[in-house]
Amino acid sequence: MTPDQDSRSQEPGDPPPSADRTSSAEQHDAALVASLRSGLHGGREVADRAFGAVSRLSGTMVLAVLALIAVTMVGRSVDAIRWMGTDFWVWRRWAPPEQYYGILSFVFGTLYTAVIALLLAVPISLGIALFVTQIAPVWLRRVMVYVIDLLAVIPSVVVGLWGLLVLAPNITGFYGWLSDTFDGWPVLGSIFGSNPQGRSFLTAGIVLAIMITPIIVSLSREVIETTPQSEKEAALALGATKWEMIRGSVIPHSKGGLVGAIMLGLGRAMGETIAVALTIGSALGQITLNALASGNSMPAVITAEWGEADALKKSALIGMAMTLFVITIVVNTTATAIVQRSQKRTRGAV
Amino acid sequence: MSVVVDTAVSSDAAVVTLADLAPRRSWRNTKSSLMSALMGLAFLIVFVPIVTLVFTVVSKGAGIVFADFPAWFTDRIPVRGREVGPGMGPAIIGTLLITFTASVLAIPLGILGAVYLNEYGKASRWAQIVRFMSSVMTGVPSIVMGLFVYVVFTLRFGLSGFGGALALACLMLPVVIRSTEEMLRLVPDHLREASYALGTSKSRTIATVVLPAAFPGIVSGCLLAIARAAGETAPLFFTIGIVTETNPNVFSGPNTALPAQIYSNAFTIFDGAKERAWGAALTLIAITFFFTVTARVVTARIQKKR
Amino acid sequence: MAIEHPTSQIGSLVSPFPHSKEDHVDADISVDVTSAPASVDGQAPAATVFELQGLEVHYGPFRAVRDVDMHIRKNEITAFIGPSGCGKTTVLRCLNRMNDVIPTARVGGRVLYHGIDLYGPEVSATELRRRVGMVFQRPNPFPKSIYDNVAFGPKVNGVRSKSDLDDIVEKSLRGAALWDEVKTRLKSSALGMSGGQQQRLCIARAIAVEPEVILMDEPCSALDPIATARIEDLMQEMKDTYTLIIVTHNMQQAARVSDRTAFFTTEVNPESDRRTGTLVEFARTRKIFSNPADERTEQYVTGRFG
Repeated sequence: MTPDQDSRSQEPGDPPPSADRTSSAEQHDAALVASLRSGLHGGREVADRAFGAVSRLSGTMVLAVLALIAVTMVGRSVDAIRWMGTDFWVWRRWAPPEQYYGILSFVFGTLYTAVIALLLAVPISLGIALFVTQIAPVWLRRVMVYVIDLLAVIPSVVVGLWGLLVLAPNITGFYGWLSDTFDGWPVLGSIFGSNPQGRSFLTAGIVLAIMITPIIVSLSREVIETTPQSEKEAALALGATKWEMIRGSVIPHSKGGLVGAIMLGLGRAMGETIAVALTIGSALGQITLNALASGNSMPAVITAEWGEADALKKSALIGMAMTLFVITIVVNTTATAIVQRSQKRTRGAV
Repeated sequence: MSVVVDTAVSSDAAVVTLADLAPRRSWRNTKSSLMSALMGLAFLIVFVPIVTLVFTVVSKGAGIVFADFPAWFTDRIPVRGREVGPGMGPAIIGTLLITFTASVLAIPLGILGAVYLNEYGKASRWAQIVRFMSSVMTGVPSIVMGLFVYVVFTLRFGLSGFGGALALACLMLPVVIRSTEEMLRLVPDHLREASYALGTSKSRTIATVVLPAAFPGIVSGCLLAIARAAGETAPLFFTIGIVTETNPNVFSGPNTALPAQIYSNAFTIFDGAKERAWGAALTLIAITFFFTVTARVVTARIQKKR
Repeated sequence: MAIEHPTSQIGSLVSPFPHSKEDHVDADISVDVTSAPASVDGQAPAATVFELQGLEVHYGPFRAVRDVDMHIRKNEITAFIGPSGCGKTTVLRCLNRMNDVIPTARVGGRVLYHGIDLYGPEVSATELRRRVGMVFQRPNPFPKSIYDNVAFGPKVNGVRSKSDLDDIVEKSLRGAALWDEVKTRLKSSALGMSGGQQQRLCIARAIAVEPEVILMDEPCSALDPIATARIEDLMQEMKDTYTLIIVTHNMQQAARVSDRTAFFTTEVNPESDRRTGTLVEFARTRKIFSNPADERTEQYVTGRFG
């Protein structure tokens, strides 16, 4: 339906006043036009645009740095990789005096310690996150968040120092018990194998778990807190207990985000350097399921061997860093995508 | 959702007695309490290592830090490991200098980047890429960042505090961007509109309304980023070298920092050096905790205001 | 252009104008015709400030408003009324290009301000907004002191001298009938004021940049009846100095305060269920409320629709 044109006409006898403009009014208009336009040439919009451009440039720095990292890593490792071919990644022998560089055992060490760390950290972190958000009274919640925050900023070298000088010497007894108890069991027997070492995959995994717990807790806390109050109340109104409410409303709502949070923790665990270097035991060529054995990880080898490296070895070490970079980028990209998708979904739903 | 409906409640009993409403000892309630207890236990499990860790660091470090005060903060670092006694001044100064330089590099850039994301780019394709990549960049291992700066900076200009600061700045940048953007998002749009309606340009609005409104939150995020950067070790190996004398010039000559001293002293067999490692650990924890607690206090004050 | 600033005599709450409280507290729709100010019935027709020609606004693919034509006159109060979603706020926000803030908004047709096409390539939105101020639905003071809120606009527009700023702040607060209530606590936070005071502060903030026109988007919808009455009094006082355009949900308010009223309504699009707003009738307020030309207007003002 189209409204009748006449219905919105002006009142009769009250013509549009712009009809009788005086010349002085026109002069005044000219001045007004000029001043309205002055903004364009008067520097303000220029400042505006410059500010926008500078801020955009700053944001773009992130991309520039990432791209530059990729370029330098590839460019600097090309010598070693050309020298070794694909053996670089698929061979475990690392023998610098013979100029033979296979990094497989270090890749394994990195992944194995990270997986151990996740196995230890995930149940604990999710438990803490749920406890803090759903169960703890407000005062306790504040204290816990405080403690977790402090844990998050303890420098990794300090955790590593503690792992090296306190944890490793004191945990060997426990490791011996583990090794004896599970001797001969199907899977656990090989994981808790013979000849337990204080500095081992498991010790490094424990230290890593301590370091990634606060990260997973704070990320999953954010995710869990997006559960709408109404959904939780709906469950409680049906007579659900707290745990049923958590299982029925909170966890289904935050599943995607939690997976992302865990993967970001995994990325962090793989990239961690110093704490692992201090506690993993620095054994070359170790690829074993025995978590109680010493091993090595990529970042730890880079730090330990950089000092006395010649050009080709430096290139090999940078090749290792590039491998690490690629793995962490893949893990982080996937994790970020999962988190962002689940955020979009929950934000869109509200 | 699996909510078990208790049939006793839904039966057509005409009279409700107090006993009907009393809490009952069902498996469901027990299970709920049990799970809550397990979650609380998870916190205790984490609490144990953090307490023993802090306790060890304090008990082993306090002795040397406070032995003939203030020698720890002023004396140079003993050159030989078997020497006993304090001296960590150069590393303390190095840590503060390098972290400060990194902050000067990363914080303005990070805040501007966040301004781009939240005020200019918003949902545009480019902004989404930048947002995504800065999230990815927070996960780049610190050792990779160190090697990167080694290749692009140290190879040309030699070991210096500035190289370390560059690497730390690269690590801080995405953290600052993300936390600042989060804070800018909390600034309500009606404040921006109020400013535009007064004829204020966009850049002026950002500088005089948006950033001041988000200021405490931004400060708190930056302090946390600084705390994290101050404790980073790996990138410093390739970029600053290690010395035992104070080098106040960030831009030239090798430098040293607390994390590097902790690492290099940790593996020695000499008790003097090990003690210094603990002392340096205590000092480093004190510095990072200081920034974290300040950030918390700032956040708490905003929340009280709101 | 020189605009006379409201002088201190306006500070009193008793209206010096013929349009006194007795008329407009009365909820009766019929408005006393004789009390209409001279600018409506006067000898020479008042100058046109805004002329809208076939205005239409799209948000993305969705057409929010279509075919709006009207002349808005100087030193009058023009009210926009109509049901929710009829586009009255959208049209209002075209007048100071506030819709620029919404990325998907597109404006078609022409909006002439003193004959200048506001959406022409050479017009600066910030310059425009200096002349066309705005007061929003919810009071939105900056989280700054009362003084800084009012001084914000002048400062941004280049007033530096402290004594000039003091004068402007006092004059503006008097103009918004707020001076006597806040003169002893100019430095305290604006967020500590009552809602009605905050809204008058926003009016003071708007007039501090000496605009010609002030747009008010449901300025009283978040206020209690007493605060509303004060703001309505204030509008009558401001009319001599400014051209006011208000959007209101409240028909009595439009009848009480405005000289002319535009009635908008929504129509359902045949192809989608989204509604498009359009202007039905624009005439003197007393005509709209006593003898409207369009049946839909009559239904709305008599409460049979919307």
